[in-house]
Amino acid sequence: MIINHPLLGPRDSAEFVYLGTADLMNRPDPDTATPEDWHDYAYLRDNPAGTHRELWFHDGGDRSILIVTRDTITHEISAVELALKTRAEA
Amino acid sequence: MHDLSPITALGGSAARVETVGAVTLTERPDVALASVAARRGQAEACATALTRLLGAAAPAPGKSSAGDPFSAVWMGPGQWMLSADFTTHEDIAAMLKDALADMASITEQTDAWTCFDLTGQGAFAVLELLCNVNLTTFHAGNATRSTIHHLGCFVICTEPDTSVRIIGPRASAGSLHHAITTAMAAAL
Repeated sequence: MIINHPLLGPRDSAEFVYLGTADLMNRPDPDTATPEDWHDYAYLRDNPAGTHRELWFHDGGDRSILIVTRDTITHEISAVELALKTRAEA
Repeated sequence: MHDLSPITALGGSAARVETVGAVTLTERPDVALASVAARRGQAEACATALTRLLGAAAPAPGKSSAGDPFSAVWMGPGQWMLSADFTTHEDIAAMLKDALADMASITEQTDAWTCFDLTGQGAFAVLELLCNVNLTTFHAGNATRSTIHHLGCFVICTEPDTSVRIIGPRASAGSLHHAITTAMAAAL
């Protein structure tokens, strides 16, 4: 599988480490979160057959974290963004 | 005072040089390194200050800039690795701190990394066995981090097919040297 890095171009997926769903970026606010919120954040995951937004860490490269939109059925990658940039724009 | 004699990353008193065919692998203990990481919101100011320091634009993603006295490699967004001659710039981190002040965090890297130069016709044939860098588009001034022998290394092209610099983790200098010399024997 090839991941088209927004800065470095196409790179082998072997250079990356999978970090799970991109929902992990939305951590509950520690001041207001209930134990249920933390439970949901830590343990509950959707398991979609289809498009999935997920985090990939470029461990063997520039060490940035990417948000990759991947179809879990076909492995087709439709979008790749820098998590840093997406977070800054949010 | 202790009476200590300096040794290179490979443990010798002089730099190790290996030649196979037309390609020579040279250990480079004479390179001083420091990393520059722009602080939050300072990436552009830091790039401008680096441009002044390098006498050329701060390297863009996947690029390097060779200059005198400082050379630089892009490491990540807002991050660069700077190198200079060790004999004149042993305190490279302090020099950069003076130039960049609060724009960036500077970390001395000389003793964290080890540097090898791979030179001679056929260097790319060796590199081909070592890492997955796309060599067809690896021109002079291109630089990337890649994995060699399970070690994260910076690979810098100074001249296509004939001159490449590899900067790898110093603690694994022996393993990296072994991997490169093995690939040289296999490829050449």
